[in-house]
Parts: sequence; C-alpha cells; structure tokens
Amino acid sequence: MAKENASWREANIGGIVLEAGSSAEYKTGSWRTERPVHDAQRCTHCLICWIHCPDSAIVVENGRWVAFDYDYCKGCGICAAVCPVKVEDHEHTHQEGKVIQMVMEGE
Amino acid sequence: MVMATKVALDGAHAVSEAMRQIDPDVVAAYPITPQTAVVQRFSQFVADGRVNTEFVAVESEHAAMSACVGAAAAGGRVMTATAANGLALMWEMLYIAASMRLPIVMPVVNRALSGPLNIHCDHSDSMGARDAGWIQLYSETAQEAYDNTIQAIRIAEHADLKLPVMVMQDGFITGHGVERVEVADDKDVREFIGKYAPEHSLLDIDNPKTFGAWDMYDYYFEHKRQQTDAFSKAMPIITAVGKEFGSRFGRNYGIFDAFEMDDAEMAIIVLSSTAGTCRTVVRDMRKQGVKIGMLKLRVFRPFPAAELARALSRVRAVAVLDRSISFGAHEGAGPIFMELCSALFAAGSDAKVVDYIFGLGGRDIFPQHIEQVVHDLKEIASSGKVKSQVSYLGLRE
Ligand code: SF4
Ligand code: SF4
Repeated sequence: MAKENASWREANIGGIVLEAGSSAEYKTGSWRTERPVHDAQRCTHCLICWIHCPDSAIVVENGRWVAFDYDYCKGCGICAAVCPVKVEDHEHTHQEGKVIQMVMEGE
Repeated sequence: MVMATKVALDGAHAVSEAMRQIDPDVVAAYPITPQTAVVQRFSQFVADGRVNTEFVAVESEHAAMSACVGAAAAGGRVMTATAANGLALMWEMLYIAASMRLPIVMPVVNRALSGPLNIHCDHSDSMGARDAGWIQLYSETAQEAYDNTIQAIRIAEHADLKLPVMVMQDGFITGHGVERVEVADDKDVREFIGKYAPEHSLLDIDNPKTFGAWDMYDYYFEHKRQQTDAFSKAMPIITAVGKEFGSRFGRNYGIFDAFEMDDAEMAIIVLSSTAGTCRTVVRDMRKQGVKIGMLKLRVFRPFPAAELARALSRVRAVAVLDRSISFGAHEGAGPIFMELCSALFAAGSDAKVVDYIFGLGGRDIFPQHIEQVVHDLKEIASSGKVKSQVSYLGLRE
C-alpha cells in the first residue's frame, strides 16, 4: 500500500495503484448519511438484501444474514427498499415498516 | 556515418515513414484532412506486413485516443495521428493520456479549427491543446517532421518524463508539399529508439496494478504537481536527445533555432513552415545592414522561457508571429506572444514585444508581410514606442 498522505514527490506517478485489491483499503462507509438497521428477530434470511447490496456490505455466514459491514455500507437504502418482510414494531426504530429500515447516521 | 536514402516525400508521408521504422505495437487512428496521408500510408504498411503493428481502425478520434490510452497502459509503444477537429474530438482523452503518464506519440498536421469550415493550415488546433499536458514539438519541414517523430519516442518514454508528445507540421504547406527527405536506415532508427520497457503495465499479470483509478481531493493535486515537475525536467532531456540524434544522423536539434541572432537588435519569433519565409527576409535585410535575427521555436511545451529570455537579452524589439488567436486574451493576442511576454517580464527585460496574427485558415504569408514586420520593428527599436500591440498580416482591412 502506498504511504498514506504521501507528498507529491512520494505519490505513485500517474496515480497508478501498485497493489491488487487495494480498494478494500478505501472505507466508503464515511460517505454515509443514513444507515440501515436490521431486525434480527423477524429476518427470514431470504438474502434478497444481500443480492442487491451494490457494495457487498451485507455479511452472510452459512446462508444466514449476520451483519452490515459499516466500513463499506454507503447507506444507499437499496437493502431497505428490496427487503420483502414487513414488521409492525421494528427492534431498533419501533416503527412499522420492513426488517431493514433507514435511520439518520449518528441517531 | 549512417546509411540514409534521399527520397521525395511530403511531410505526411515522411511521418508515416518514421512510423514504419518505429514499428509501434499499436496505432489507433481515424483519418482527417490533412493528416489522412499519414494513416493511409501507415495502414498500407500494416496490410503489406511491413510492420508488426496492431492497427485499430476506430470510429472517431475520441475512440482513437481512448484505444491509445488502453494500449499504452497495457505497456505498448503507441502512436496515432490527427489534425484540427479530430484533435478537438480527442480533448478529453488528451488530458487522460497525459495525466496517466502514457508516452503516446502523435503527429499533428496543423489545420484550422472549424468553424467556419476550413481545412487549411493554422495552429488553432494544437495551440488549443497546449495546456493538456503534452510536450509539443513544431517542425518547419518534412525532414524535421520525420526527425522530430523519431526523437519524440525517446523523449516521451524517458523514465523521468513519461509524457505524451505531439509533433506538429503545417497542414498542406508541409504536409502535402513534396521535399527531399533523408530517410535513415531502418536499423539505425530502431537502434536509436531502442526497445520500450515500461515500468508498469496492465499486461504484467504477475504484478497486477490499477491504472486511471479514482483520484480525489486527497491526491489529484499531488499528481498534477508531478506532471508539472516532469515538464520542468523535459528541456535538458529534449536537448540531449536532439544532440544524440545529431551525432548519429547528422542533423542537430535544440530547443529553438537561432538565425542571425549574435548581434541582433531586433528579432522575429516564429513556428513551423513560416520560418522559411522569415529566414529569406532576414537574410535579405542583413545584406542591407539591418540588425535583425530570427528564433524558430521547436519546443513550445514546455515553453523555453528562460532560454528565450537569454537569447533575447540584448534585443530591443521583438515581433511574434502567431498563427492562432487566444480569443479574449489581451488585445486578442496569440499564445506565443503571451508566453513570451510573461517570460521576458519574469526575466526583467524591457524589450518591446509586438504580436502579428497571420495565416489563419491557410491565408498565404508573403515575404512582403515579413518585410513590413521588420519595418515596424525598426521604428519601435528607434522610437521605443509601440503603435499597435497586436496587428494582422494579410488581412483585408
Ligand atoms: S444501505 Fe446500501 S450499501 Fe448499505 S447495506 Fe444496504 S444496500 Fe448495502
Ligand atoms: S431482505 Fe430482509 S428478510 Fe431478507 S435477508 Fe435481508 S433483511 Fe432479512
């Protein structure tokens, strides 16, 4: 990995990235203004949210929903939009809606 | 001395000869007058199996430069050629090629930018691209276009530069004018340019890398500073390559060509084919005892500010001949005038500088026009007064 905050003399010429897979170092989670929250009790583990997440930010283990990866989740809300399972009283928001709901970042 | 063959070639064909000898890995190009002959002849070389080049016949100049960028990032020695509106269509990719530090070499056969529609020579095309991050070499003759194209490979690929290079010649005047051109032996040219060994390449699959990645406010600025740093190293490299070319092929190249400058009190600065007309006038004027000299610029990017200020340090009046206009600039001046004025100002010179716009859209320039310039310079040198900062040669008033 190139040195962080390299000076212009140290930075790679032409912006070439010399290591493969280095985009993993780029934590896009800082872009988020809203974050998805999940109701683990009601989730059916259909994984529709996992299929649709454009940032591979939904962690699945053994075919089951495990967590959001907030290092990379940009808060786009696609998972909340596609989740097919309705809830009356969400574990985190206590709102009626879906298993995944969006809340303001920091709330 | 090396083997060379003297042949009758126009400037465009002289450049395609150079391209044949360079034998690039990839040429992606689209035809446009007056560059067409370059690519047409080169594609014939490809069809006849005389080069090993992968020729990509693209659907536009934007695609041509895009393909060149990809091929150069893949580690190839890459060339294309264009003119005028074709160059304009490449605009976006010109900047990308330069900022990715891809040493692409591109002959440009200068032609006026439309509109109104015109296919003849002026420098509005390449001058418009002067801030794109390409080195720019201008050629007076077909011979110079040939020689500059070969040298451009060495300059572009130099490890300290990694900058793309444009090699200009005047459309029709040089591009279609047949001259005697010394074509060097293929082997000598190949020895001179050497093999290209890119430091990084996309095809180096054992060491995968990313080219042209997202570059935010945290790094873009540093990469721009690196580009300008490369330009600051270019002049000695261009000079050294020109010297080495001279010792091998017998024709020396510097940053500019000084003619009758030793004791000159007045000077004309000019690019490309018009230098021939100026040289004749300067020679005639010298016979009449007029202390006039001429600087023919070869390298416009990087601009040889310090070198020009030094060459003009004893000159009292300077006339710049600009074959393009920077619309809205001071008095509607041309780019060479503005660059020269800032160079002389920075050097503390008190020489008077005037600009002459000429030859737009292929308008002829005659010795009488240059004589008029010398006449004006004499008046400025003796009175110290400038009547008109920017004038026009050959324009119907
Ligand atoms: S909000 Fe967007 S990025 Fe975050 S987990 Fe849901 S789909 Fe993925
Ligand atoms: S779409 Fe909804 S129900 Fe299906 S796995 Fe994701 S959160 Fe659970």
